[in-house]
Amino acid sequence: MQWETVIGLEVHLQLATQSKIFSGSATTFGAEPNTQASAVDLAMPGMLPVLNAQAVHHAIKFGIGIGAQISKHSVFDRKNYFYPDLPKGYQISQFETPIIGKGSFEILMEDGSSRTIGITRAHLEEDAGKSLHEDFINYTGIDLNRAGTPLLEIVSEPDIRSAAEAVAYLKALHSLVTYLGISDGNMAEGSMRCDVNISLRPSGSTLLGTRTEIKNVNSFRFVEKAIHHEFQRQAEILEEGGTITQETRLYDADLDETRSMRSKEVANDYRYFPEPDLLPVVVDDAYIESIRKSLPELPDGKRTRFMTQYGLGPYDANVLSGSKPLADYFEAVAEQCGDAKIASNWVQVELLGQLNRVGSSIEECPVSAIALGSLIRRILDNTISGKMAKQVFESMWAGEGDADEIIEAHGLLQVSDTGAIEAIVDDVLSANAAQVQQYLNADEAKRKKLVGFFVGQVMKLSKGQANPQVVNELLAKKLTHNEAE
Amino acid sequence: MHTKSVAQLAKGLRERQFSSAEVTRTYLDRINALDGQYNSFITVDESAALAAAEAADERLANGTAYALTGIPIAHKDIFCTDGVRTSCGSRMLDNFVPPYDATVVERFKSAGAVLLGKTNMDEFAMGSSNESSFYGPARNPWNTDLVPGGSSGGSAAAVAGLLAPAATGTDTGGSIRQPAAFCGITGLKPTYGRVSRLGIVAFASSLDQAGPMAHSAEDCALLLNAMAGHDPLDSTSATVATQDYCATLSDSLDGLRIGLPKEYFGEGLDATTGECINTALKELEEQGAKLVEMSLPHSSLTVPTYYVIAPAEASTNLARFDGVRYGYRCENPADLHDLYSRTRQEGFGEEVKRRILVGTYALSAGYYDAYYKKAQQVRRLIKQDFMHCFEQVDIIAGPTTPGPAFALGAKSNDPVAMYLEDVYTLAVNLAGLPGLSLPAGFVEGKPVGLQLIGQHFGEALLLNVAHRFQQATDWHLRTPGSATEGTL
Repeated sequence: MQWETVIGLEVHLQLATQSKIFSGSATTFGAEPNTQASAVDLAMPGMLPVLNAQAVHHAIKFGIGIGAQISKHSVFDRKNYFYPDLPKGYQISQFETPIIGKGSFEILMEDGSSRTIGITRAHLEEDAGKSLHEDFINYTGIDLNRAGTPLLEIVSEPDIRSAAEAVAYLKALHSLVTYLGISDGNMAEGSMRCDVNISLRPSGSTLLGTRTEIKNVNSFRFVEKAIHHEFQRQAEILEEGGTITQETRLYDADLDETRSMRSKEVANDYRYFPEPDLLPVVVDDAYIESIRKSLPELPDGKRTRFMTQYGLGPYDANVLSGSKPLADYFEAVAEQCGDAKIASNWVQVELLGQLNRVGSSIEECPVSAIALGSLIRRILDNTISGKMAKQVFESMWAGEGDADEIIEAHGLLQVSDTGAIEAIVDDVLSANAAQVQQYLNADEAKRKKLVGFFVGQVMKLSKGQANPQVVNELLAKKLTHNEAE
Repeated sequence: MHTKSVAQLAKGLRERQFSSAEVTRTYLDRINALDGQYNSFITVDESAALAAAEAADERLANGTAYALTGIPIAHKDIFCTDGVRTSCGSRMLDNFVPPYDATVVERFKSAGAVLLGKTNMDEFAMGSSNESSFYGPARNPWNTDLVPGGSSGGSAAAVAGLLAPAATGTDTGGSIRQPAAFCGITGLKPTYGRVSRLGIVAFASSLDQAGPMAHSAEDCALLLNAMAGHDPLDSTSATVATQDYCATLSDSLDGLRIGLPKEYFGEGLDATTGECINTALKELEEQGAKLVEMSLPHSSLTVPTYYVIAPAEASTNLARFDGVRYGYRCENPADLHDLYSRTRQEGFGEEVKRRILVGTYALSAGYYDAYYKKAQQVRRLIKQDFMHCFEQVDIIAGPTTPGPAFALGAKSNDPVAMYLEDVYTLAVNLAGLPGLSLPAGFVEGKPVGLQLIGQHFGEALLLNVAHRFQQATDWHLRTPGSATEGTL
């Protein structure tokens, strides 16, 4: 049977705030355990939460970014359960009235097609601490540095139909939140964590099958693999006439499998009720408008602009608008060199290729956009060939200076002087009289091959500096001349 | 010395008639000599108290004294005190020494008050008799066979027994007013949000409120001046401006409209208590007040509503006591579940466990709508009753409790009878209003409390009415024999 995958994603996004959502403790990643935990974070008796206004601001920014309804009156609730890294015995979250209601955004697939994914809601909540099971024999360590870190839980509609779409959705979401500056989006540090809800149904059906939830899948690649794996698992069960158990599963990246964590029959009753220690969050139109006005250009808008302003295709525009630093870099290169299409090629092929090889990000790139733009300009004004430019680029990457300095130092200046090149062409033709003779007797195909040989010889003698176009023109002229004789 | 009011002590200290060290020493000696019979204190730190008194004397000498500089006070053991054990009357926190002060404690420190010690209370403020304390019951100075009321029973007993000139309490359903009534003192529960809850071990967050307990309304006003005010670290604390609560104490009562809810004078009210209340109301009438009969139609729903909301909030507020970070932890837990269940089983007393169970049930899936949500709806109706009344009257008056203090053990095995003790006080918390209890007579040697209920942030008027009453009566000046006999 043909199965259709139905996927909904819940993303826990860590908001970039100076301090925690309900206390003044810092949120810096990687500090010594429990050095960023105050009396509030430890749930000491009598301590009370105070809402961080910046977290609300960030959440509203997100809501505007996806065109969602912003609740002018939202409420925090207590989600009650016992766990050692949950100091109060409840998590402060939003249950009945989230701050952000329905919204949507568009994802673009590699084949150029696009889909709209609905967002059900997004709500503010606090993160729990961490239980450290290693390092302690017979004990569990508790690190509460993360407890109280502000999270925005973003819940999608079950609109996603494949692992590729799930990844595209996550990438688009990542791009959006980093554009908005509401999260650093650092997945390795847990700034964006994903729960995958997945069910199967026969193709063409509109009913929803029983779903499983895969918890805490923390990279684009793992999301893809976990979905593939879970699809296989569910499909096998259904093919054999079995039924899917609604349960929470864990993706094990090492074994590339999902396994059951707990089934819903023993699920917690979280006993949600409105948090009496906090007032409802009330925002007015003026506040929402002031945030709307402060928003930067978002990925969608930028992509469209790249297509109209620079004449880029949708795929190139999508890649280059994928992150704000990359988009800014590309625009600076394009401005410096004056040719957006070549700039697009260079940034995507040479620059991103090199960054991928060494595993660093655009922010860490040793070649500035101005420097790369200047290099491309030297191709456009025929100072160097494209091939040489790649060599210059490598030297720039190694920190040898700007393009002109490197061209000078390595003597890479392209020779376009017809006189100088003519002398070399003459030398080559007289040194290879046999080949010239062959040329004169040969057919078109063979001639083309021989021209290639002559060009190679000229380039070799000129140490690559001869302008290939000039070389070709001169060779054509000389050989035609020989033929006429 | 020990019969002086806070106002008199403050005057004497300013005029250098005596030193804070002398006053403090007097009270410490009285605690040592007499608290064996009252059990009103859980913790007394003599050396810290004397050191604070000496520092206060320096301020008094060099002219940098504040309103309460040198005045000894006691805090209910629910207020966190930096470096001083804060037990909340529970085995769970028997070993808990907070590294911070509650905002109330901090404000009293800033006002110059000297901390005598921490007073006994029902465990986690859950009780109306002080019998649920891990440290044994406090006793009523008017008759030590009687309960002092609760949950702020230790504070009421300490003030009534002249072991402290004033004390703080908290009131979630009557926990300041009922013990004040039982012990013949004056106690004020301010409007919800008037006093910061930060650093007060939470019982029911939407109901808890701290307030002063002293002999007179004037003393309560002095204390409230120190306690009241917005606290940015308590999101539910009010930004409404405070006032000088002493400034209007003597205002005339001419034309004051006092509402008498018929539900507070009906079945269930002890007859002699009712007579005391009526006599007290006549005194106010003589001073120019008009008595207006009225109704609070949803009064009968008060007890069940309260006993859904308060336990529900308590059940989650008390989840943090899990043996992981502080407080009691059971010995040799086998695993996490064992750690949780034995820590809480051994660390909490019966009444606390009963309320956690009730509250957990009320919030559970499938019951939430029928209990918690419904109770919140009824709560709004109860509040509306008051709002309607306040369209016609300035304050509401009635008995604080259905009858005077009862004997120790009389109701300890009957939770519902115990809950009914608070039938006249609970609604005030549900509506977030200020309420005050003041001495209004005696039934067979047992004090009777008159309750005054005000509009939101109407503390000044309640104190004004109580003060005028106390200018014309001497119930609040009576002292129990157990506190005045003997050499001290």
